[in-house]
Amino acid sequence: MTHIVVDPVTRIEGHLRIEAEVDGGAVREAWSSSTMFRGVELILKGRDPRDAWAFTQRICGVCTTVHAIASIRAVENAIGATPPPNARLLRNLIIASQCVQDHVIHFYHLHALDWVDIVSALKADPAKTATLAQSISDWPLSSPTYFAAVQNRVKNFVERGQLGPFANAYWGHSAYKLPAEANLMAVAHYLEALEWQREVIKIHAVLGGKNPHLQGFLVGGMATPVDPDKQASINMGSIAGMRGLIAKARDFVARVYIPDLLAVASFYKDWAGYGGGVGNYLVYGEYPEDDTAQAKLFLPAGVIRNKDLSTVEPFDPQKITEQVKHSWYDYAGGDDDGLHPFSGETSPNYTGPEPPYERLNTDEKYSWLKSPRYDGEPMEVGPLSRMLVAYASGHPRVQELVGTVLEKLQVGPEALFSTLGRVAARGIETLVLAEHMESWLDELAANMQQDLRIHDNDKWDPSSWPKECSGAGFHEAPRGALGHWVHIKDGAIQNYQCIVPSTWNAGPRDAAGRRGPYEEALLGTPVADAEKPLEILRTVHSFDPCMACGVHVVDTKRREIARVRVP
Amino acid sequence: MSESDNWFMSELETRGVSRRDFMGYCSAVAAVLALPRTAAARIAAQIQATEKPVLVWLEFQDCAGNTESFLRASRPTAAQVVLDTLSVDYHETIMAAAGHQAEEALANTVKEKAGGYIAVVEGSIPTGAGGAYCTIGGRSALQIAREVCGGAAATIAMGTCATFGGLPAAAPNPTGALGVADAVPGVKDLINLSACPANVENLTALIVYFLTFKRWPPLDAWRRPLFAYGKSIHDNCERRAHFDAGQYVEAWGDDAHRTGYCLYKMGCKGPVTFQNCPNVRWNEGTNWPIGCGHPCIGCAEPDFWDKMTPFYAHLSGVPGFGVASSVDKVGFWATVGVGAAFAAHGFVSLGKRWWLAEHHPAAREAAEEAQRRADDGQKGGQQ
Repeated sequence: MTHIVVDPVTRIEGHLRIEAEVDGGAVREAWSSSTMFRGVELILKGRDPRDAWAFTQRICGVCTTVHAIASIRAVENAIGATPPPNARLLRNLIIASQCVQDHVIHFYHLHALDWVDIVSALKADPAKTATLAQSISDWPLSSPTYFAAVQNRVKNFVERGQLGPFANAYWGHSAYKLPAEANLMAVAHYLEALEWQREVIKIHAVLGGKNPHLQGFLVGGMATPVDPDKQASINMGSIAGMRGLIAKARDFVARVYIPDLLAVASFYKDWAGYGGGVGNYLVYGEYPEDDTAQAKLFLPAGVIRNKDLSTVEPFDPQKITEQVKHSWYDYAGGDDDGLHPFSGETSPNYTGPEPPYERLNTDEKYSWLKSPRYDGEPMEVGPLSRMLVAYASGHPRVQELVGTVLEKLQVGPEALFSTLGRVAARGIETLVLAEHMESWLDELAANMQQDLRIHDNDKWDPSSWPKECSGAGFHEAPRGALGHWVHIKDGAIQNYQCIVPSTWNAGPRDAAGRRGPYEEALLGTPVADAEKPLEILRTVHSFDPCMACGVHVVDTKRREIARVRVP
Repeated sequence: MSESDNWFMSELETRGVSRRDFMGYCSAVAAVLALPRTAAARIAAQIQATEKPVLVWLEFQDCAGNTESFLRASRPTAAQVVLDTLSVDYHETIMAAAGHQAEEALANTVKEKAGGYIAVVEGSIPTGAGGAYCTIGGRSALQIAREVCGGAAATIAMGTCATFGGLPAAAPNPTGALGVADAVPGVKDLINLSACPANVENLTALIVYFLTFKRWPPLDAWRRPLFAYGKSIHDNCERRAHFDAGQYVEAWGDDAHRTGYCLYKMGCKGPVTFQNCPNVRWNEGTNWPIGCGHPCIGCAEPDFWDKMTPFYAHLSGVPGFGVASSVDKVGFWATVGVGAAFAAHGFVSLGKRWWLAEHHPAAREAAEEAQRRADDGQKGGQQ
């Protein structure tokens, strides 16, 4: 039995540590630990609820819209504000473009290097690479000259001897299976995607002033005025500009990302047999299509248990709890109970080893993440959960695309419950959203002809709010189901709780000893070389970890308010 | 032609960047730095002649927002070349290696390039719980920062968390979070690029400045480069004329809001925030926060999460018509033309100080502090 520590897990957001026992060439036991903590919720206490979105937004700069959205929804739910249709459409556009851009960055810049060997690309024949590229897509950048230039660029880079961010990696590892030409094609698209993401995210600058950390949000609506005839508003010129950006996004997804995903996946079909995880999937649903309280959602909410696609249970917010048996927090009533976020009680109490340390004591508490549970069960959240729930609920486009992908890879639906399934679901979702986004833009363009409202002004002044109120805000972030819970008293935040996608997925064991989704998914993952655990990264990265999001909770009790001056 | 020139020019060529494009970029950088256009040639020569400098990027109590900002650098294509001409030897979010191989890459750089690399820090450094609020590879952020920043030629604190502690340090600062200057005092050549996140155009300009002149630019009292933090948002705001004319947004989505009037009454902190946002803008100049219709939240200033909140209270901090009525008077005087000269900068600065002093001691202190800082910085620059 070999004990492996991967810390830091790189190519993620935040600080994640994986410890694993490897025996007979596979992972037998695994522990997921988050090693960073800030305490955003405590910082929010006593503040103006209308400011909260800007604070929570800074939980994460990668998924830079998600905590703002969940926050304004939670406060609106509490105070009874109703955003007008334009605000809903602006938000849908912001959420969808975040998801599309984020998923493409994940595939190429955070995940690809687990499957693609850059050094092998040097051996590729550019002419054969061009043939390969042209056989899977009509994307124009596919000539032998183009791939020769990319290869030459990589060659120059390697020959200079300063490998920068590509130094010391696992190049030449036996788990890399792509032919040299596929590697070269993927490297070319890695570089193209780097340019593409900068360009398409300008839609956020149009709608929110800048990216990252857009600034156009407001409790009760949006701060971005709409008026077809005014220069300082979202007008018909901005609509045309956004239409161009959406087309550019859709084009790259359909003609580069999806073909690449299918090509790469066809060499790694064995990964449809690894990384399954807990087999329970939770989705809050997203993209309201109307302005009622129970709006129809473009991607439906629901719960799937035990990989059973025949039944989708309705989502019930009351069934969410968090546990702290293996987390660096204490509960007053003992660590064996789960608490609902509205009665959430959390006191940090670090009992781990003093840094610098080699090993965590995984029998005791070992993470800054708590363990969220739904109806007592661990749940996976994210693109795979969303696509499974949409598929099982009869979403026509999702069903069609899932069918196409399974057919092209010649695998059955059971292949979805895996590392590869997670990668494929993320691609399918990206395409579904990239195709659908323009319909919200059309709706916005049509609506602004007779309705210029962007905000529920009646609920802006705190004097219009109940003296005491509570609300929950639900959102599907790129990485999965996100919830914020707020309690407001006399116009100020009394209590604030977030349960975040990476907390669901990366959380530690619960009081019953049940593993979290990362931990469960790692079991059975092959490890050819314990010194170079490339395969562990594949499964962990397939979840797209976002650790800064996951850790945030702190309570007034027993906290350390120390502004320690360090000598 | 030197060898470095060769690789640089071939890099440009393979990226489809002409020498002309590259010179255009150098002119743009010269403009950001407020240098004469003739400086562009010197910038170009220096960038080409320089060996590829090594940079390590540390992430502590961060959200990766500055990393994302870094990935948006793109004005023009040559900017990417400039960033690529750095050897980024360590950056958790983008590097291929993980675990001990990643830490080894960092250790190698710190050892082999001792005193010669640039350290960038993103995120605050927690001092509570013996450092356990942020560990990487089992070591605390503080242990890592001391070692890596201690051996660097210079350290760039990127974003408000790394400069002033930022969000984690907001009251009651649960983890004892500090910026680099406070957590690791005495770091050689510390440059602060505050803002949430910092604008990548300012990072690019800063690095180019260093490569060109072999020294760091003049700084303000907070160690921020004057080329980016020398003037207030308010002084450069495209909506300034509406402030001077007394034309204010009164409600979200009203005609004034749609027309692009001043956001002062909606809580704008532009008058007490020093940053070149209005000039440089964001995402290749696409827009900026005030441009999208939301007030400035003052994200480049120390303790802005405490001093600039509530964000939607206008600077008086008093509900109703406290300062606002004064501002209306200022606007009224300006509109009736009590003197066109009064509409100029001097009058409004004076007016600003007057109403701030009259109605809001905290804002007054902030404004005075900012003014002092600007004055000190200018003196520093002249020395």
